[in-house]
Amino acid sequence: MATQAKPSTHGAGDRDTPKWEMVVDLDRCTGCQACVIACQAENNIPINEESAFHEARVIQWIRIERYWEGEFPDVKARFLPLLCQQCDNAPCESVCPVYATYHNNEGLNVQVYNRCVGTRYCGNNCPYHARLFNYWEPTWPEDLRNQLNPDVTVRTRGVMEKCTFCIQRIRRATRGGEAVADGDLQPACAQACPTSALVFGNANDAGARVSKLKNDKRRFRVMEELGTDPSVTYLKQVDTDG
Amino acid sequence: MYYRRTLTDAQINRELLHVVFTTPMWWIVLVVSLGLVVAVAVAAVGYMFNQGLGVTGLRQPVFWGFFITNFVFWVGISHAGVMISAILRLSQAEWRRPMVRAAEIMTVFSLMAALTMPLVHAGRAWRIFYWIFPYDWSRGIWPDTRSPLIWDPVAIFTYLISSSLFVYTALIPDLAVIRDRSKGTWRYPMYAILSLGWHGSPHQWKLQGIAGILLSALILPVFVSVHSIVSWDFGVSLVPSWHVTVFAPYFVIGAVHSGVSAVVTLMVIMRKLYHLENYIWEEHIDALARLLIVVATGWFFLFWLDFVFALWTREEQEMVVWNLRLFEAPWGWLFLTFFITSYVIPVPLWLFKRVRRSFTWMLWTSLLVNVGMWLERFLIIVPGLVRKGPLVFDYGSYRPSIIEITIVVGTLALVPFLLLLFSKFFPLIPLWEEKEGQKLIDHIQLGNVKVPALVKEH
Repeated sequence: MATQAKPSTHGAGDRDTPKWEMVVDLDRCTGCQACVIACQAENNIPINEESAFHEARVIQWIRIERYWEGEFPDVKARFLPLLCQQCDNAPCESVCPVYATYHNNEGLNVQVYNRCVGTRYCGNNCPYHARLFNYWEPTWPEDLRNQLNPDVTVRTRGVMEKCTFCIQRIRRATRGGEAVADGDLQPACAQACPTSALVFGNANDAGARVSKLKNDKRRFRVMEELGTDPSVTYLKQVDTDG
Repeated sequence: MYYRRTLTDAQINRELLHVVFTTPMWWIVLVVSLGLVVAVAVAAVGYMFNQGLGVTGLRQPVFWGFFITNFVFWVGISHAGVMISAILRLSQAEWRRPMVRAAEIMTVFSLMAALTMPLVHAGRAWRIFYWIFPYDWSRGIWPDTRSPLIWDPVAIFTYLISSSLFVYTALIPDLAVIRDRSKGTWRYPMYAILSLGWHGSPHQWKLQGIAGILLSALILPVFVSVHSIVSWDFGVSLVPSWHVTVFAPYFVIGAVHSGVSAVVTLMVIMRKLYHLENYIWEEHIDALARLLIVVATGWFFLFWLDFVFALWTREEQEMVVWNLRLFEAPWGWLFLTFFITSYVIPVPLWLFKRVRRSFTWMLWTSLLVNVGMWLERFLIIVPGLVRKGPLVFDYGSYRPSIIEITIVVGTLALVPFLLLLFSKFFPLIPLWEEKEGQKLIDHIQLGNVKVPALVKEH
């Protein structure tokens, strides 16, 4: 079922206004990191060279947290793709003195790079560690400069950045006010996922896949007990075979 | 009771204005060497602005480090001013007289040092005025008043403005003394303007007295609010071990602990350098030390509560942070140092009258307290960020870079540097306070009894 997704002047409770959400099916995730690379290319994220890992200043808007469960040789690898949870009650928003991050009426936690002065308070207050700081001026090799995405701002040093749910794609798709069919609009990570573990859509559209999956019995949300009300739902079958 | 020695007005003028009218060699040496340290720190800031915050030791997810620690430390030091001058003035503690101005001016300068810290800490410091000033400038957006980072500058600028007014009001009679003694020199026009036509009429004295009392009373809420608000930078956040309700009183009393200790340090050094033996006596630092025992013990109680609250709830992340603080290197060692230097060594020593009345002992114990209190702020701020959080594997330690250390050392040099410059132009001990103190001990013999010659009206 298609929905009328257009930038609305109404409040967030308006059913005509889309509410962008994501479902991450952990039972499907293989930890292949395709989403990480797709995001890197789509969002003009500087290349994480070896030095960035040594300095622990890697910038990844989506990252795969890897866990080992059990003792060798009975060991299982677990993966948790972690991105900005676009919390409806976001701890990062209320601490920003300059409104560089705020909640828009489509349920997105928006980052305005121009306003950011780099107090990094939002980064401290994000329990998901989804917010990243530009410690250095981002650079690209000369021959890669032409592949930068023209729809996405190249951030300067000194500002925070984070996953936007590919807001540039949302804006392009909904610019004319025309209907966007469920599944037509996807952020880069979801598009690149070979196992379709990432599902993106409008949760205000009852027929959308994301609306159905987010009520799956395997559902949980990361650190829900903190009251952040994340827009990302995770699905995981609890193993009973040990 | 405290004024056992009788000093003439002329002697007070001569001794307290000595450094204003002459320039001793030690003053030049100290100003130049401290100035050099400040200059190196300014160069480090320039380098950091030029290169980006990558030159610090900050990393994912430790977004706050030495700069914020130092900010909290200097705001803490500034609490001495209001404690000594406002509270002791209102409670009419006679022994406050020689230390009011030094404490107040240290407040002003340490607030300035504190204010530089959020500025250099920000990713784009050149844009920071957008948020400090509650005005929309050209953006059409007002600052977000929900953010503690808006409360901070409001509280600190309030404190800075009221402290500056306080210092200035108390300076006017002394400025007039310098003006009258520098007729015909280059100093005269400056002091003539600054002293606002003071000629010591009873009316002027009355107004000055009322202004002093009023400012003391008005500054009192600031005493509670400034460090409470600084503590809310941490208290309102979601970070385990920052998210603690006891932080506001804990920070305020910790600030008084470090601030009054800094006044002790300053008193002892001033006495030595400026030859103020006639003004700063054993009794004064004895009184300060007794005040410190109470303050330090109150602070220790709240520190203990902070610890107990974590144990009581047994919240997993709180326990992780305390485990890190107490048992993991290097945090455990830092914790031990903090604990010993800020309480275990100084407070039992202060129980001995011989220690309280020894300038050497008091100098070293008060310095120890501030080493400990700097570490205390560091241990409050950083382990909460370094901890192993749930489901996020980007934890790691924090090691300050040489740039951060240089800038922090620069602020440690900046405050004494500014104090020295101040002392070249203004007396560090208020002349009129001393003279007033002398008047209050004049007694008249009436038959068999001695009665005070002067009773102060309030």
